[in-house]
Amino acid sequence: MIRTVTIEVKQLDRVVIRFAGDSGDGMQLTGDRFTAETASFGNDLSTLPNFPAEIRAPAGTLPGVSSFQLHFADHDILTPGDAPDVLIAMNPAALKANLEDVPRGATVIVDTSDFTPRNLKRIGYDENPLENGELEAYHVVALNLTGMTVESVKEFGLSRKDASRAKNMYALGLVSWLFQRPVDSTITFLQTKFAGKPDIRDANIAAFRAGYNFGETAEEFSVRYEVKPAVMPTGTYRNISGNLALAYGLVAGAQRAGLAMVLGAYPITPASDVLHELSKLKRFNVTTIQAEDEIAGVGAALGASFGGALGVTTSSGPGISLKSETIGLGVMLELPLIVCDIQRAGPSTGMPTKTEQADLLQVMFGRNGEAPLPVLAAQSPADCFAIAVEATRIAVTYRTPVIVLSDGYLANGSEPWQIPSVDSLPTIDPNFTVEPNATDAQGKATYLPYLRDPETLARAWAIPGTAGLDHRIGGLEKEDKTGNISYDPANHDLMIRTRQAKIDGIARTIEPLHVDDPDGTAKVLVLGWGSTYGPIGAGVRRVRAVGGKIAQAHLRHLNPFPANLGDVLRSYDKVLVPEMNLGQLAMLLRAKYLIDVVSYAQVRGMPLGAAELAEVIGNLVEETAGIDDDARQLGTAAANLTHWDHLEGAR
Amino acid sequence: MSTVDLGLPGGLPSGLQGVPAADAPQNRKEYVSDQEVRWCPGCGDYAVLAAFQGFLPELGIKRENIAMVSGIGCSSRFPYYLSTYGMHSIHGRAPAIATGLATARPDLSVWVVTGDGDALSIGGNHLIHTLRRNVNLKILLFNNRIYGLTKGQYSPTSEPGKVTKSTPMGSVDTPFNPVSLALGAEATFVARTIDSDRKHLTSVLKAAAEHRGTSFVEIYQNCPIFNDNAFDAIKDPETRDDAIIPLVHGAPIRFGTDGHLGVVRDGFASLAVREIADLPGGEADLVIHDAHTPDPAYAFALSRLTDSGILHQAPIGIFRSVDRPAYDDLVRQQITTATESQGAGDLQSLITGADTWTVA
Repeated sequence: MIRTVTIEVKQLDRVVIRFAGDSGDGMQLTGDRFTAETASFGNDLSTLPNFPAEIRAPAGTLPGVSSFQLHFADHDILTPGDAPDVLIAMNPAALKANLEDVPRGATVIVDTSDFTPRNLKRIGYDENPLENGELEAYHVVALNLTGMTVESVKEFGLSRKDASRAKNMYALGLVSWLFQRPVDSTITFLQTKFAGKPDIRDANIAAFRAGYNFGETAEEFSVRYEVKPAVMPTGTYRNISGNLALAYGLVAGAQRAGLAMVLGAYPITPASDVLHELSKLKRFNVTTIQAEDEIAGVGAALGASFGGALGVTTSSGPGISLKSETIGLGVMLELPLIVCDIQRAGPSTGMPTKTEQADLLQVMFGRNGEAPLPVLAAQSPADCFAIAVEATRIAVTYRTPVIVLSDGYLANGSEPWQIPSVDSLPTIDPNFTVEPNATDAQGKATYLPYLRDPETLARAWAIPGTAGLDHRIGGLEKEDKTGNISYDPANHDLMIRTRQAKIDGIARTIEPLHVDDPDGTAKVLVLGWGSTYGPIGAGVRRVRAVGGKIAQAHLRHLNPFPANLGDVLRSYDKVLVPEMNLGQLAMLLRAKYLIDVVSYAQVRGMPLGAAELAEVIGNLVEETAGIDDDARQLGTAAANLTHWDHLEGAR
Repeated sequence: MSTVDLGLPGGLPSGLQGVPAADAPQNRKEYVSDQEVRWCPGCGDYAVLAAFQGFLPELGIKRENIAMVSGIGCSSRFPYYLSTYGMHSIHGRAPAIATGLATARPDLSVWVVTGDGDALSIGGNHLIHTLRRNVNLKILLFNNRIYGLTKGQYSPTSEPGKVTKSTPMGSVDTPFNPVSLALGAEATFVARTIDSDRKHLTSVLKAAAEHRGTSFVEIYQNCPIFNDNAFDAIKDPETRDDAIIPLVHGAPIRFGTDGHLGVVRDGFASLAVREIADLPGGEADLVIHDAHTPDPAYAFALSRLTDSGILHQAPIGIFRSVDRPAYDDLVRQQITTATESQGAGDLQSLITGADTWTVA
């Protein structure tokens, strides 16, 4: 085929692309490959996988739709994007389930193969939307991708079913052409993945190439797009997901502390990948125990910590509920323990594959008695690494369970990560006690397990096998210093206050909260925690792009708070706190600082959107400036900034 | 201290392998902690504690390399009274905690002390999974067939119909037979002994310590306050000869005053107690006890000779002792294999991964 029109190459600063299909169509794999191609090209990127909890919901139905969204740009970006510029829909259900997110004017590439009257009717289309004008506002590219895939792999003699399974690679080839992605890594990937099945390997590679060549030779597309590499700080980068970063951070923490690591875990969405990753890392002296239940997982971790290892358990909200009693025991024993809560939508089983940040109050307070412990929260996929190292530092230094909060969005989302040098990570000293630390009434050297470091209030930690320091600890209240069982009223009060003071004192070792307030004149501060970092930052950029003054700060330490938080809050007229819950951080801030922060709460199982936040922030900025309701325009302007306005690039 | 011969041959890998030997002989007093013992007067736990303190020096291992982990209940106070490392944890979870400890530390002799409520009710799940995994730790289940610490409710081993504070019209629960349960979970070492028979208790503890894998020892223990005399039949000199079915590896299972009773095969996979005088072949018809029988069905059949109601008769001794690799050994072996085949992990290379790009 000879091309008769010239293909124009259009420069874009950023693109949001979404692959959508049946859960069995390989959309997550397709998204991962496009991400890898994009990362190796040097764009900044952010991803959002979205899939049903059912492994294979009935084919062709709305509940069975799985999607993967990728935002890539020639500048640094903060979110996977609110709305796709390009939607690839592999069947009618994928089109129907995703179309409402797609703005008018966007490109919609559709595989027409499954658009039969029966399939359409099944999902509630009375007519074929490709034919009745319903998609007029979009740039629709309707192609029989499945048919072309089958045709392109016929030489391999596969059944039609097997042949059609390569359609995701055909689609990937086509969009790789459209956005000028480098393709070598995908071909290498397919060669490795299907090394043991030559027919399948060759068919997938052929389909991928055919899709790419179709873009090149067919006249469906008159424009190709180019998104130049992003300008990023010098260094070596990789793409990393939150769960992988968390696993690596835990290993790094254990290594920097010189401790063996024991993970006790029970499979649960969306935390299981941390177990999977760590189970591959045995050569780092990492033991993984897939326990019989959540309680046994944390129990094994705590037992390992008693033995002088770094005990870790990973779970999600329902599992954390089950672990509560053991975490309380850890508070009483004052042993290091890391508890990772990859939050998902609750309550109860909730929506296992959807994100939320509604476990904050549970991890803060969900134990019997006064049982304080540190709570940390990662703010981006790559930040899961740093937060895990920080959790290890606190757990080991202060002999305490530490909660690490992540969520489904961070766990499965990914972003480029400037790989740190291991030497730049903090060293962590377990400071085991190996000699008697006191003298008894008879003048004999003795060991007091609850004798504390005056600076940190951390107790002495002697591990089994240390001669002369044998001792017994347990969940019953301890006598100060000796650790013997005590029911003395004054001692109980002292121990309760001491355990609280120990956790509060960690604030002295935490970096002060940094506030991004470019010219220091903002009256409104937006304060977030956890995975809302990206969407809040993108919303803030939008408001600044239309002239609004807004300060932004983000908490990674939720207990204790950074020491300067109260001063920061009091230096702004209004403080906006967006959260994916009904205002849990807002409640903590009001209780601790008596400041009536403005809560913005959305609990939809999806990340907050940049445009929605821009509107909320803009409105509050004007309200604070005394502008009447009907005269306000900043929020609307910020929310309506159109697509190619370098929004996220505005500093 | 003298022990009775349980008839087990040597040669099994020791449960104490990897635990450093003591530098000098030890005595009982070294194992007595400075804490005042606070069980009720007459509690069977005193006898077990004394026997245990007397038995530990015989193991010849360093005192600091012994770790006791308990749950909640009267028996779970045990660790406080021993001068070893110890953890008094939470209700039912000791086997899970001990699994982590034993896996992390091959140089420790790890013991779990638990009761019928702790192990079989709230902690039933951890118990069966520890047993099936065969973690190298020793579980002592003090069975007094009652809840003592919470003041007298029926337990999962109480006889049906038992009238207690929570069952004024009698318990309608069918009880667990702890030995049957352990065998159902394919435990590799299962034994039963009695608090008041120090010699037998000590022998069983020693065999349990030396078994590689999980050793499960049920100890009949009298609660003088809430369930006194529950084990009278096997303790009373008048009745005990006919009540205790002694299990000695390699010996015919024969008991009763003047040995008039014995255990014979009875139908498909069952055993029964018979008057030897009534057996066509006499003593030759008796079952020869073989604790190494691979199929747990044999030991299970033995365990069914235990009364589930008021106790009148029960086998005492080692039901089963078989070899199966210990979970923690296998876990550590995988770490060794991974490290030898791939080299010790290099953190920088791990986090860098294979797909990187450089911004200059």
